[in-house]
This record gives sequence, C-alpha cells and structure tokens, in this order.
Amino acid sequence: MPERTFRIWRGDAQGGRLVDYQVEVDPGMVVLDVIHRIQAHQATDLAVRWNCKAGKCGSCSTEINGHPRLACMTRMNLFGSDEVVTVQPLKAFPVIKDLVTDVSWNFEQNRRIPPFKPKPRDADGRYRMKQQDVDRVQEFRKCIECFLCQDVCHVLRDHGRKDAFVGPRFMIRLASLEMHPLDVADRIPAIRKDFGSGLCNITRCCTEVCPEHIGITDNGIIPLKERVVDRFYDPIAWLARKIFGTGKRA
Amino acid sequence: MSETLRIGGHAGGFAATARTDRWWVGPLLTFAGLGAFVVYSTWAAFQGAYYYAAPYLSPFYSPLLFIDPSAPGAAPLEHAWIGAWPSWWPALLPASPAFLILIFPGAFRATCYYYRKAYYRSFFATPPGCAVGPIPQGRYKGETSLLIFQNLHRYALYFAILFIFILYLDAFKAFFKDGRLGVGVGTLVLLINPTLLGLYTFGCHSFRHLVGGGLDCFSCDRASAARHGLWKKVTALNERHMLWAWTSLFWVGFTDVYVRLVAMGVIRDLNTWG
Ligand code: SF4
Ligand code: SF4
Ligand code: FES
Ligand code: FES
Repeated sequence: MPERTFRIWRGDAQGGRLVDYQVEVDPGMVVLDVIHRIQAHQATDLAVRWNCKAGKCGSCSTEINGHPRLACMTRMNLFGSDEVVTVQPLKAFPVIKDLVTDVSWNFEQNRRIPPFKPKPRDADGRYRMKQQDVDRVQEFRKCIECFLCQDVCHVLRDHGRKDAFVGPRFMIRLASLEMHPLDVADRIPAIRKDFGSGLCNITRCCTEVCPEHIGITDNGIIPLKERVVDRFYDPIAWLARKIFGTGKRA
Repeated sequence: MSETLRIGGHAGGFAATARTDRWWVGPLLTFAGLGAFVVYSTWAAFQGAYYYAAPYLSPFYSPLLFIDPSAPGAAPLEHAWIGAWPSWWPALLPASPAFLILIFPGAFRATCYYYRKAYYRSFFATPPGCAVGPIPQGRYKGETSLLIFQNLHRYALYFAILFIFILYLDAFKAFFKDGRLGVGVGTLVLLINPTLLGLYTFGCHSFRHLVGGGLDCFSCDRASAARHGLWKKVTALNERHMLWAWTSLFWVGFTDVYVRLVAMGVIRDLNTWG
C-alpha cells in the first residue's frame, strides 16, 4: 500500500499550524477516508465534519490543495502519486477547530430572505404549476448547502463584504423564490439593496465549485441582475411602467 | 507575492493561493487573446485605408457613414450612408470611418456578461482565479459604483442586433461585383462573419431575459408559451456563449485582415469574377 503525505491544518481560532501525516492509502479511497484513517490511528483529536459520505449532506466542505471541495467526493486518484495533499478549513468562515468552521452566518442570511408567499388558490381550491414553470426553480433546489460557493466567492472570501452581499447560495435561493410561478412576493428592491446583487461581478467561481453543478451565475444571479435592471436602471422600462402601469405582480 | 499565513493556514495577499495546478494559464490566454484583438482592432481602425476591396467591405468599417475616397483602399463615395468625409472633422482625430461606429460593437462586448468575467479575471485580477488572492481593494464595491454602467448592457444589445443586419447586407453585396452575380472566398468570409456574430448576440444574457427569462410563468397564456419557446432556443445558444464570443471575435478580426490584404494586393481573392 503506497504511503502518502497529508498536510492538515490543526488549530483553532487562536492559532495553529499545518501538520504532516504519513498515511497508507488504499485504492478507491476518497480524501475523507484518508482523514478518517489519520483520525483513527495518528490524531484522535482531529476535528472534521461529515455525515453522509455520499456528497449529499454538504457537511464535509474543506479546501483540498487550494480547491474548495467535498472531502467525501474527492477521489485520491485525482492526485499525482507523490503529490502532497493539503487539507484546510474553509477560508471564508471562522475556524472552530481543525477542519471544522462555523458556518452559522449562512443560516442567518437564510432567515433574512422573505419567505414563499403563494397567490390565491384556483377556484377548485387547488394550486397548479406546469413542469416547464418549475424547471428553473428545481435546478436551484438541488443545493445541498455545502457553502463551497460561499467560501470561494471573492466578495466574502477575500473582500470580507459579508455586510453587503448574501453570497451565491442565497442569490439562488432568492432566484428560486422570485422565479416561482406561484409566488407573489416582490424581492427585487431587497435583492439589489439588502442582498447586494451588484456586489457580484459574475466571475463565476461559485459555479465552478458547485458539486451539484448548479448554473449559479448564468441561471440564477445574472437573471436576477437583469430583473434589477428592469426595475432600477432601464430608462425605457421605467417609462413604460409610468405609462402602462406596473405590469408587475403585487 | 506576499504570503502571510492566517488561521486555517491560508495564504493572504495578491495571487496567494494553496492551489497547485496551473490556474494562471486560463487568465493568461484570455489576456493575450483579448489584448491582441484590442491592439489589432485599434490599429486597423486608425488606418482609414485598405478597408474595401470590391465588392468586400471590412466589418470594422461598416456601416460607412462618411467616406474619404482619396484614401488608398477606400470604398467609392456612393457606398457612403451620408456622404463625403466632413471638412469640419478635427484634424487631430484620424479620418477613419471606423471611428464613428466601432463604439457600438465595442460597448456590446465590453459590457457582455461573459467578457466581464474574462477581463475582471485576466486584466483586473478581481479575482485572477478561483480561490486565488485578488488585488487588494479598500472597500470592494463590485458593480455597484464605478461599474454601474454595466447595467445598460441591453442597450448595447439593441445596436448589436442592428449591426447583424447591416453586416448581412454587406455579405449580400459581396455577391455582386460591378453588377455581376458571383462568389469569392471573400464573400464566404463576409457571410460567416454575421452568422457567428448572430450566434453570439442571440445567446446574450440580456436577450435571454428579455425574450422570456423575466417571466415567472411560461404556461399562463399563449404569449408566454411562445416566449418560452424562444427562451429555450436562446438558452441553448447562451450555454455556449463563451464559445461564440471567441469564434465571432476571431472571425471579425480575420475578416478585416482578409479584406485588408486583398485591398493591399498582398493576396488575391479566389472568385468567379476572374
Ligand atoms: S460569480 Fe458572483 S457570487 Fe459567484 S463567486 Fe463570483 S462574485 Fe461570487
Ligand atoms: S449552490 Fe452548490 S456550492 Fe453553493 S451551497 Fe448549494 S450545492 Fe453548495
Ligand atoms: S459527508 Fe456528506 S457531503 Fe461529504
Ligand atoms: S451577455 Fe454576452 S453579449 Fe450579452
């Protein structure tokens, strides 16, 4: 069994360092398996968050050789045979211990979003939606809340503008509500002002890291930006609203 | 590259990253490609000459509003939409018809959602790559303050659609030399150009929004069902928007090179006119 070098960040909010571990790797292993082997045999106090080992719970987000990734979905054969594998906690969120970060800021953002507000039911007391009307929204509902997109977004990660931008995960949650055929709430002014759609410069790193391959930027954020343009920046649309009334849902 | 290790072991500072792949190859190629195009097109626009080789007109010079027929390789005066080159044109500016119109396709590409990504990454390093340190900024504002004009992309789109028709008209005229129907390599070059531009333009994100993306319900009435059909077609182009952005950019430059070389007599156009 070949031996590999893993370099893992060990520490807490006060400080820490990257520690090297020599570990045997079996064929078919993923990075999370190797971390568990290290935890079992060499560093029993190593903290790592995980749950499903199937890329569906979004718990095991870390940075592996600098790439925000799910540790349970990162196969060891991705790396060269003598490549050192560096595993770090997410940069955009405060470290609790080792590879575990405090992502609660995200849950706070989620609570700020105006919830689903359905229109009145049809005369027979039912709601009706056609498949073609929910296709777009269903793409966004694949999100597993791994927050890899939040971690890689330079607005949050490097510029620290958590005060001004909710981040890509919540832009697509906003998109899934705004585009919903039954929803009648108007979130466009808030999307611009409170949630900060203008902070995103569409450089698409969120889309590149999303393990669910959601078209975050092209299908979520850009369409929202265009709706914001309709409302706030397009002089002809503004004029049309003045002349013909709002034409917008209540 | 200044590297300071922080909690989590992350490096800080411009271009700092723990990535071990060659992340800089992509932005470097983009930088070279876009840079080469900007340099060439600016040079070509300054020339004011060798943009016409009957019956071919370079797309950088179309539409021809004014013409100075005395310039070498200029189009004959009857091709001008307005007339002869105005005498009041300031001597400081080059007397080139390209100057009057290149602002439109230029503004379209510059505010395009794809090119914004391309040059924000490769020219402005915000960020240069994913999980790579960007150029530090006091207080990052994204597209909210200085870049707020990006919100007017759809107006550049309206002109870009107009230009596709104009360039197809040029391609149509390229089938007739001295009133005789025929075809040359240049005709095909001029025909491919607006076709690629069309594939690029009609996959535009703003266009996608305007044709149907702005609706919440695609099935609610006949009009929205029709718009849904259109939206799906635009979406198919939109998914390849980057591809069409680059192929159309290359081809419009190549078309100018081709017409220019024929006009200068450097190469001969193979055609049926003899
Ligand atoms: S596209 Fe926008 S939201 Fe996504 S990572 Fe880039 S700046 Fe952040
Ligand atoms: S959008 Fe993708 S990357 Fe972002 S939290 Fe959801 S699954 Fe993760
Ligand atoms: S452990 Fe659930 S996504 Fe990795
Ligand atoms: S988004 Fe690229 S042309 Fe409009």
